[in-house]
Amino acid sequence: MRGLIEDDYVTEEGEFVINIGPQHPSTHGVLHLKVWLDGETVKKVQPHLGYIHRSIEKMSESLSYRNFIFATSRMDYLSAHINNEACALTVEKGLQLEVPDRAKYIRTILAELTRLQSHLLWWGCTGLDLGAVTPFFYAFREREFIMEIMEETCGARLTQNFMVPGGVMYDIHPNFQKRTKEVMVQIKSKFQEYDNIMTGNVIFENRTKGVGFLSKENAISYGVTGPTARASGVSCDIRKLYPYSAYDKVQFDEILGTGGDCYARYMIRMHEMRQSVSIIEQLIDNIPEGDFQAKTKNVIKLPKGEFYQRVETARGELGVFIVSDGAASPYRIKYRSPGFSNLSAMPLMAKGGKIGDLVAIMSTIDLVIPDIDR
Amino acid sequence: MRILLTYSFSSFATYIHNLLADLITNSLLLQVTEMVILGVSLIAFLVVLCFFLGYMERKVAAFMEIRLGPNRVGPKGSMQIVADTVKLLLKEGLTPDSADKFLFNLAPIIMVIASMMVIAPIAFAKDFQLYDINIGVLYVSAVSSLGVIGILMAGWSSNNKYSLLGAMRSGAQIVSYELSVGLSLISIVVLTGSLSLGDIVRSQENGWWIIKGHIPVIISFVIFIIASTAEINRAPFDMAEAEQELTGGFHTEYAGMKFAMFLLSEYINLFVVSAVAATLFLGGWMPFHIGGLDGFNHIMDFIPSSVWFFSKTFLIIFIIMQFRWTFPRLRVDQLLTLEWKYLLPISMVNVILVTVMAIMGWHL
Repeated sequence: MRGLIEDDYVTEEGEFVINIGPQHPSTHGVLHLKVWLDGETVKKVQPHLGYIHRSIEKMSESLSYRNFIFATSRMDYLSAHINNEACALTVEKGLQLEVPDRAKYIRTILAELTRLQSHLLWWGCTGLDLGAVTPFFYAFREREFIMEIMEETCGARLTQNFMVPGGVMYDIHPNFQKRTKEVMVQIKSKFQEYDNIMTGNVIFENRTKGVGFLSKENAISYGVTGPTARASGVSCDIRKLYPYSAYDKVQFDEILGTGGDCYARYMIRMHEMRQSVSIIEQLIDNIPEGDFQAKTKNVIKLPKGEFYQRVETARGELGVFIVSDGAASPYRIKYRSPGFSNLSAMPLMAKGGKIGDLVAIMSTIDLVIPDIDR
Repeated sequence: MRILLTYSFSSFATYIHNLLADLITNSLLLQVTEMVILGVSLIAFLVVLCFFLGYMERKVAAFMEIRLGPNRVGPKGSMQIVADTVKLLLKEGLTPDSADKFLFNLAPIIMVIASMMVIAPIAFAKDFQLYDINIGVLYVSAVSSLGVIGILMAGWSSNNKYSLLGAMRSGAQIVSYELSVGLSLISIVVLTGSLSLGDIVRSQENGWWIIKGHIPVIISFVIFIIASTAEINRAPFDMAEAEQELTGGFHTEYAGMKFAMFLLSEYINLFVVSAVAATLFLGGWMPFHIGGLDGFNHIMDFIPSSVWFFSKTFLIIFIIMQFRWTFPRLRVDQLLTLEWKYLLPISMVNVILVTVMAIMGWHL
């Protein structure tokens, strides 16, 4: 290990080492990239992690099965709902608890709203990273409507903490269905505007087409998931392959790309937003009546054993692995976060490109740093 | 009303000159005093202009981004930029320990001086020109490229890797785009037969060059706008700053007043290239004239020449501002590709077209 660290500082003649981050406008958080440059060309990238490590996994070992769920809102804060859902599903799996249909529908709708707002924020930030400031404001205009729905129903905008083992914490707000439908109409009408300002732009195409190529084989071997992997042609949508909640009751397409470059990753997310809108529209009018939460004991104790559940967050596959020894809190918890694996493929994609390409790659992988560093 | 319309700045200048001549008998001292007055008023004018441009940029950005923009300080937020300037003035002027202190402090001054010097031959209104130098166009293109020295100096002396990268990018960029700017200026020089900006404006008395010069002049106008946007380091060509890549580029290490001077020079440059474009292609202070229609031309003359000049200049500034808030940034190699593979060959062919047009006399 020691030798490895020392080797980092060896530079060849004419090489230029810069540290991008931990404080840098385009790393979207405290990611630290050490970049070896030859002029403008990137020769090697080495991500350094640990700046925002909060030991959520260790912390969860002393929290009850109700409480540990809420720590995960702080992992991938843009997919807080989906993280919570993954934990709730794992606990339910351990308890062999049947969740009411109403809760399943609400969970799915909220998860898709979360995906939509996450992708909207990503779209704005991609524009920002490539030097176009205006898309950021367009994206936040629509995202705000979704955040208002979240606020009304969950009481929070970013870390909703709405999922509990057995269902959701409260019933939906009376306005929920009406407002969601209104917002969906509004967002659908704006997709064309997004395409006009970014997708068809010559400069944008030049910046992203053929940049940051990731082959299908490499995507699989690095464990890349989510839109990043689907852009390389890897079919890995958990919603489609291993349906959970109400995903088996809706019709939607798994968007697959072939390019494997930044443009393909961009297009995958743009299409996924449309799919999310379609999923929400299918479910919103059909929320069944009934309980929003199954009956659970006050103190949840999982039987002895190992439980694993995976879900599709906005960034890829999130796996929750719980080892239980029968006590009221987990013996060991391990999260398989999408961001960490996706980041691991970044040095490969960035090699040989320019500094500007590195920024484009970082933004199209859609990194959320607290998700990488738990 | 009549007095206002026929009012000319030369009478005002003569009045000041006579007033001073009565007070100061020594001719050298008189000349120095006049130059100091001129310089101070020019700097004051440019600073006020930059306040306005800063305010305009924020409002244009807000308009593009469906925001309100500054609206708290002063009426409609117009004093916001003053408040920001005061803030920058009060900040500590940091000089990093490892920087080359002399060059580090000199760089922003050079930038501002270079951009202010370009103003000299530009005619703001009829008979209102600081110095009608007979090689005006050459002077403009020569002095405006001095700014790159300031950028390189800032990037090198900061002793920061981001600054160095930004400065090197900017060096490559400005040297390349200077060619296209020069060639599009030449097309007007060929048509006019004079390098003096005063003569160029007067040659547009029976129609602006963009109208008289047909398609070749329109091409050189478009090339001039693109290339000069690149030359003044504005988005989508802001390689030297490239916030998302190089944090702040060449001015990463600058703070307070020194940073404000970079901003000042950026806005003066914006004004200068727009003024040059307005002078060369849109007739400067010359009202909209159509050859032969004397009645129409006479009505147009009623609009003061300074209004003509500033409305043309601000139209171009508005277009350049819209670029910034619409397009993503180019990558550094694509930037050079655009210049060397597209703009430069097109402008070379265009100069030949313009020359043929001038020889055959098709432009009249």
